[in-house]
Amino acid sequence: MAYVPPRRVLILGIGNVLWADEGFGPRCIETLAARYAFPDHVKLLDGGTQGLYLLPFLEDADDLLIFDAVDYGLEPGTVKTLRDDDVPAFLGAKKMSLHQTGFQDVLATADLKGCRPERITLIGCQPAELEDYGGGLRPVVSERIGTVIDLAIAELAAWGVDAQAGQSNGADLADPSIRRDAYEAGRPSARTACRIGDDRFFPGAD
Amino acid sequence: MATTPNGFDLDTSGQRIVVDPVTRIEGHMRCEVNVDESGIIRNAVSTGTMWRGLEVILKGRDPRDAWAFTERICGVCTGTHALTSVRAVEDALGISIPDNANSIRNIMQLNLQVHDHIVHFYHLHALDWVNPVNALRADPKATSELQQAVSPNHPLSSPGYFRDVQNRLKKFVESGQLGLFKNGYWDNPAYLLPPEADLMATTHYLEALDLQKEVVKIHTIFGGKNPHPNWLVGGVPCPINVHSTGAVGAINMERLNMVSSIVDQCIAFVNNVYIPDVVAIGGFYRNWLYGGGLSGQAVLAYGDIPEHPNDFSAGQLHLPRGAIVNGNLNEVHDVDVRDPEQIQEFVDHSWYTYGEPGKGLHPWDGVTEPKYELGPNAKGTKTNIEALDEAAKYSWIKAPRWKGHAMEVGPLARYIVGYAKGHEDIKNQVNGLLRTMNLPVSALFSTLGRTAARALEAEYCARLQKHFFDKLVTNIRNGDESTANVEKWDPKTWPKEAMGVGMTEAPRGALGHWIKIKDGRIENYQCVVPTTWNGSPRDTAGNIGAFEASLMNTKMERPEEPVEILRTLHSFDPCLACSTHVMAPDGQELSTVKVR
Repeated sequence: MAYVPPRRVLILGIGNVLWADEGFGPRCIETLAARYAFPDHVKLLDGGTQGLYLLPFLEDADDLLIFDAVDYGLEPGTVKTLRDDDVPAFLGAKKMSLHQTGFQDVLATADLKGCRPERITLIGCQPAELEDYGGGLRPVVSERIGTVIDLAIAELAAWGVDAQAGQSNGADLADPSIRRDAYEAGRPSARTACRIGDDRFFPGAD
Repeated sequence: MATTPNGFDLDTSGQRIVVDPVTRIEGHMRCEVNVDESGIIRNAVSTGTMWRGLEVILKGRDPRDAWAFTERICGVCTGTHALTSVRAVEDALGISIPDNANSIRNIMQLNLQVHDHIVHFYHLHALDWVNPVNALRADPKATSELQQAVSPNHPLSSPGYFRDVQNRLKKFVESGQLGLFKNGYWDNPAYLLPPEADLMATTHYLEALDLQKEVVKIHTIFGGKNPHPNWLVGGVPCPINVHSTGAVGAINMERLNMVSSIVDQCIAFVNNVYIPDVVAIGGFYRNWLYGGGLSGQAVLAYGDIPEHPNDFSAGQLHLPRGAIVNGNLNEVHDVDVRDPEQIQEFVDHSWYTYGEPGKGLHPWDGVTEPKYELGPNAKGTKTNIEALDEAAKYSWIKAPRWKGHAMEVGPLARYIVGYAKGHEDIKNQVNGLLRTMNLPVSALFSTLGRTAARALEAEYCARLQKHFFDKLVTNIRNGDESTANVEKWDPKTWPKEAMGVGMTEAPRGALGHWIKIKDGRIENYQCVVPTTWNGSPRDTAGNIGAFEASLMNTKMERPEEPVEILRTLHSFDPCLACSTHVMAPDGQELSTVKVR
């Protein structure tokens, strides 16, 4: 029987760790890497807000699993999974995010180039707070990471990916200084670090 | 009507047009203009709509980690911010880096410059000049002839090749969603290219994406990973080991050969595709010479790409340093980023406070204390602004000034400084381009000039990568494998208090980080980024900023379709999706259109 190479899977967390719940995606990758080991055909990536610069990674993926903070218009902390053609619309839903439109463009560009991953799943969490620059995840969001990881493992299992309890190579993950524990513990006090944002993105600020 | 100290006549009587946010830029930005009855812009107001206080979130952190935070500020200039940050810390602590580290950092910085310029032109800026929908009407054979005429050495030029791309494009557009190209103003008369040129440029957009796939590998090789490569105070975090297979991640001959090949691909693309496209597209827009703004009178560059490690003297920098003011190109002033009298930030028109009006602060003494309030003539509410009052505070961007002057920074500023200083490579490139296009030097001071300077700089930087690659390889051959100096890694070796500054030329322009360290921790950290210079609001004296100046006196074909505004703002390379509100003089909304 001819050798069939395994499908290349990219697990991607997008978002900006500096904007509170915007960091949900990268923090999921961090947690996944700390709890599971994956075979070589699976890549974990903290994509930050890199937009188009992430296209080369998409080109090398048959299946794409995305973690992101998504504005579904639901209660903060609500987790929702979307698949394939439903994904791009939600990636563009948020008016505040630095990267959302960017990533929607990335998927469209991948389409135009004929290299869009065949399967795309987005596991998103409704953020509670996006406007706290320098802040970490809000409890209502951070306590959903465990659920999201379980959903991811189930999705990956359905794709035929065998995740083992263990750890993944940290080479492509965030520098230790901005991983969640160090980042949140090292935050200056509210007196020295301003905690407000642009009023226009602040419902009820007026 | 009022005349600003920097010489612009502002007239706010005409129709007010609001573009918010400005699309295809990185970050959040809004622009408002007043146009007269013939559609000419007579007043321009540019505002940053996002609070970005990196400065305050770094307080109390380990200075050796600052690069990792600054790398996350922005989705584009990650490496440049990281480089600027490690330079600031090294400056403060008196850390000198080895020769190899200088070469590797330069290669990474030059590579980013080339990569960013290409992505900017094809992804963010091309749609201001190129109409991809019009490309569907092109004759592939005529496109092939055009390609061979503008760039005889480019192998991808057959009629069949262009027909394939056109079919792909057709399928994409016919799939119902125009995707990337939706919400453009594709029937606006501001688009001047024939369909064949549109098809050629759109095809090259796809080729640019193919190149990008290769280019980013340099960051993985030298920075250990991509995106978000690793940086190190004291050098670069990649060991060299050419004599054996070495540790995982060490630089060996195989990796160096890969770097060399990527550099060659960059050079070929810039020479065979990017520059010929700019010449060809520019030729059709040669009479559209709006957008000069401050470029003809006040430009600033810190300089970058030091030939030798730890030597930032102006004569040793490949990208030039200097300031030109009052339009006097015969005098290039040196720039001292440490001098408290030279660079100062003002906040009279920014949503911050220093406690007293009219005050300017040097970044080392910088204060980032927000104060959000709208002026008495603003329309709307604090959470839903319809029109800003530029006589009061109106932007989250501070107003940096050099000796009181509003300055333009970026590729065009660097090229004007270089040209004025007689920088040989820059002079030859600029003169060559002007000759080819049969344009006078004055044509440089324009939106098109800014776009052309970026292309020329990509060519120059692509070539310079080779210089530093050769230098690195020679050094390694001579037995020097050192890439980091960790003598002062331990905070016990640091003085109790220290201050430093890091400078780079980011793709968008002069970038500086100023740091104060106390008891081993960050006491103060201030970034003055290129878009702070270019996107600055008015200052105490009333000088308008570079974006604002660049929009003045531009004729809009259709005021409700801000093609010209986007074209000029994009030429500065600031990146998004947005809605545009067109306001009547009484602030009533005339129409709402989506901009992409």
